[in-house]
Amino acid sequence: MLRALHYETSKTSMSHLVLDGLTKRFGSFTAVDAMNLSVERGEFVSLLGPSGCGKTTTLQMIAGFVDVDHGGIRLDGADLVSVAPNKRGLGIVFQSYALFPHMTVAENIAFGLEMRDIAKADRDRQTLAAMELVGLKGFADRYPRRMSGGQQQRVALARALVIKPALLLLDEPLSNLDAKLREEMQGELRQIQRSVGTTTILVTHDQHEAMALSDRIVLMNQGRIEQIGAPDQVYDHPASAFVASFLGKTNVLSGIGDGQGAAAIGGLVLPLPGAGKGPLQLAVRPERLTFAGAEEPGLEARILGRVFQGTHWLLTADSAAGALTLMRGNDGAAVPAEGETVRLRFSAADAALLPAGAAA
Amino acid sequence: MSAAVTERNAPFLLTGPALLVFLGLVIIPLGMTVLLSFYDWGQYKGIVPEFTLKNWIEVFTDSYFFEIFMRTFRIAFLVTLAAIVIGVPEAYILNRMSPSWRSAFLLVIIGPLLVSVVARTLGWALLLGSTGLVNQGLMSLGLIATPLEFMFTETGVVIALIHVLIPFMILAVWASLQRLDPQIENAALSLGAGRVTIWRRVILPQIVPGILSGSIIVFALAASAFASPAIIGGRRLKVASTLAYDEFLNTLNWPLGAAIATLLLVALVLITVGSNRLIERRYAQVFE
Repeated sequence: MLRALHYETSKTSMSHLVLDGLTKRFGSFTAVDAMNLSVERGEFVSLLGPSGCGKTTTLQMIAGFVDVDHGGIRLDGADLVSVAPNKRGLGIVFQSYALFPHMTVAENIAFGLEMRDIAKADRDRQTLAAMELVGLKGFADRYPRRMSGGQQQRVALARALVIKPALLLLDEPLSNLDAKLREEMQGELRQIQRSVGTTTILVTHDQHEAMALSDRIVLMNQGRIEQIGAPDQVYDHPASAFVASFLGKTNVLSGIGDGQGAAAIGGLVLPLPGAGKGPLQLAVRPERLTFAGAEEPGLEARILGRVFQGTHWLLTADSAAGALTLMRGNDGAAVPAEGETVRLRFSAADAALLPAGAAA
Repeated sequence: MSAAVTERNAPFLLTGPALLVFLGLVIIPLGMTVLLSFYDWGQYKGIVPEFTLKNWIEVFTDSYFFEIFMRTFRIAFLVTLAAIVIGVPEAYILNRMSPSWRSAFLLVIIGPLLVSVVARTLGWALLLGSTGLVNQGLMSLGLIATPLEFMFTETGVVIALIHVLIPFMILAVWASLQRLDPQIENAALSLGAGRVTIWRRVILPQIVPGILSGSIIVFALAASAFASPAIIGGRRLKVASTLAYDEFLNTLNWPLGAAIATLLLVALVLITVGSNRLIERRYAQVFE
């Protein structure tokens, strides 16, 4: 059943999808600015960023809905820009699902096969396989309006996958679902993508979604790529203050480098290879800040507030290195109260040195 | 007397005034017209309140009336068809315009409705006459040798009616186009459909409700139009409404006029309700 949907892969060493200096301007506004990206076959890549960062425009240029101003898009080495959008053979799942309301589930899914002039018997077989793949067996004669958001989402996914697309493009596909369903669909989407093996590009503004689903995350801001990397790599080693603050909670602490590979953050002195002389900025995750022992050096901070979150406490504090947030596991130990002064520590491995001049 | 508004009587109190107006201004005069169609009439005795089927037998047996009714519905049908053929693409183009252009063109589209019916129809008479602008233009271009007959022909009436009724079609279709998912064309495109296929398979089926309601309005208004057929069609080219008018005010045979008016109303209701049922059944899914 899965084999029917498997994209025929030819073993090549070159990247599957290549964006080469891709640029799009709307008037004087540059939506996408000379973007370079290589995506390997079977990879799941997320374009992540705030609204207006150019991620959707990038997706629409790949799909062919928006014209490219400069640069190229290559799929398996062949130019894609000059191919009409209805000849690109890409599977797209839209934020609104964009199902055809006047067609049944089976008709919706079979539409792409019909456009490819596939014989009725084959079409029915492949449609059935696609419905099974997304767990919609028995829904063939339903109309989309009579289905829940999650079910419509599955129809949209089946409709995009049944044509055995070279690329699967997902445009914020889960943003219309409620939190619980979204989590469920994330797992299922990942599992389906793995089993089918289709190279997938996901556009999202939801960092949790990007981290949960992707092999690699492409962080975008103002039309440019800020950082590309595996979710944990990007999270642990943000390349800029923007990445650090966009991807999860982070503290940007200011310190002073001594020019000899060490830096002082308040009372805390850490070996920091690569630190220059003078003021510098460090990104430290709240969960990496711990309380210093009585004899240890530490960063003095005054607790301003605390919020209970079930599994942990979230504490806000003020220090010489700047305002910060820290996390304290709900493990039975006492939690400092508002107004108390604590001493914090973290190791050099927990901190990411932010490039000079980069604003948070 | 307690004037308390309870949950039970609130709906009646709220709809009461409108119902009274409707009853007084529509239902009662309509009932009286139907009643009148069964009265007797003579050249010298005038209207006699005696029950007779004379008027109805005359309307149904005289080929003169049959011809006029056929003409009325032929004109209405052609106007509706033209309104669909011109109005649907126009609504689609309107829907794709940028908002500022759209509001400008909306004004152009509903323009005919803002002009008085007499001024507008006389304007068409000026354009369509044998020495009118249209004929002079066509002749100076060498396309025709002798003037085309527009005045006092069905063609002329149809042209004038299309002009004034097409806004209803455009607005109705535009309303249903606005309900389309803006990504739906891209979805069809990504699945491999060409422009024509997208139109035929994806857009058209979804705007059928709009086309249907537009058609019902246009057909009903075209079949019961009075001013345009009266001015462009004149005395020679009668339609049901001008026929009823003449019976009422020239022949003074009110009962026969009432029979014609009632027949026009009943025929219109049957045609629109019938086609509505047919299309709603065919496109059941998009009518939810």
